Amino acid sequence: MQIQELKALLIKEIKLEFRHKYALNGIVLYVISTVFVSYLSFKQIIDPATWNALFWIILLFASINAISKSFMQDSKGLLLYYYTLTDPQTFILSKIIYNALLMLFISLICYGCYSLFIGNLVLNQLLFISSFVIGSVGISSVLTLISGIASKTNNNFSLIAVLSFPIMMPLLLTLMKVSRYAVDGIALSVTYKYLLVLGLLDLIVLLLSYILFPYLWRD
Amino acid sequence: MKNWWKIACIALLFYTIVVGLLGPVPHLEILHETIRNLYFHVTMWFGMMILLTVSLVHSILFLGKFNLRNDTIAAEAVNVSVLLGTMGLITGSIWARFTWGAWWVSDPQLNGAAITMLSYLAYCLLRNSIDEEQKRARISAVYNIFAYVMMVIFIGILPKFTNVDSLHPGKGGNPGFNSYDLNSNMRLVFYPAIIGWTLLATWMMTLRIRIKNLQNSDFK
Repeated sequence: MQIQELKALLIKEIKLEFRHKYALNGIVLYVISTVFVSYLSFKQIIDPATWNALFWIILLFASINAISKSFMQDSKGLLLYYYTLTDPQTFILSKIIYNALLMLFISLICYGCYSLFIGNLVLNQLLFISSFVIGSVGISSVLTLISGIASKTNNNFSLIAVLSFPIMMPLLLTLMKVSRYAVDGIALSVTYKYLLVLGLLDLIVLLLSYILFPYLWRD
Repeated sequence: MKNWWKIACIALLFYTIVVGLLGPVPHLEILHETIRNLYFHVTMWFGMMILLTVSLVHSILFLGKFNLRNDTIAAEAVNVSVLLGTMGLITGSIWARFTWGAWWVSDPQLNGAAITMLSYLAYCLLRNSIDEEQKRARISAVYNIFAYVMMVIFIGILPKFTNVDSLHPGKGGNPGFNSYDLNSNMRLVFYPAIIGWTLLATWMMTLRIRIKNLQNSDFK
């Protein structure tokens, strides 16, 4: 694995995104309309538990939508071309980093929209934002690997949801717990433990994706 | 004798059912006779975990050597353990109805069980959606390893970190059966029951593997 290759692949992903503006615009619109639909049905949410749960459910579906495209848009020939150029570890790492950035962007947009329409109940902003900064790495590693798995099958999209929900649960529940603490404004001295768990989970899923992806790639 | 373990399986399960339903158990409030569920519910989950571990080992072996035999074993171990898991869920649910008053409660232990079942049902679905043998074996092995690690984290590690309360016996400060079982009567059935159910599951698994192998050799 070389840093230069990684950089080149990452820049390629970002350039491709800005050229097509395919995933990005779609996802932004998806987030806005989902938030708006929830706004129309809920009007306003006062209960912190509901507020937190709805936020993560919207974000979960948005992220699945966004990341599921990461292998769909690469054609078979293109993947073969990458195969001759670089090794799988660099390739998956570039995808994970790109998707983590995408996730972060989506989370921020979602958070902004959500606060605008439904209201912002968060007392500890820093903790709330740091929860999805750390969470985006884990979510993107799980979803990138799963979308790699699902791209090899016939029915693509529904499979991603079915495959990724159960194995994302540890990550998602910890995330929801941390963000719930942020909503309630609990001090960092209590919550640092959960942030640590979150970081460890990130590391585990990142390692798993890194180790297992080469087996997916060679066809 | 080649089939000694099948005879042992039948003997152990016969013993489990007869002594498990008729043998002496501690008399406790709320639990009453439902304590006998220990011989069925808990032991079936043990058997399930053993088979899932077998499946994990064969998935790893497959990724090392790409031998389809390992893949067949991994897949059939999951199939049988899904059956054991379903039986565990049903027995647990009935037990919960009589002791907690509801078929299902929100509890880390129960959620862990549900997530485990969901991820392995997803594994079966994944296998069904790929036609090519080698490809199916490779991809499902990758998913199997990922799912197993996440399951262990979800059931085993996460609850310890987050100190969640659980209603489930043996968890969250609740006494497990070993604190009731003062004269080790229950242990005499519990351990044989684990071995018995695991052997039964292994038996079912070997039968299914033989059917699969016959089907495969038919095509070639």
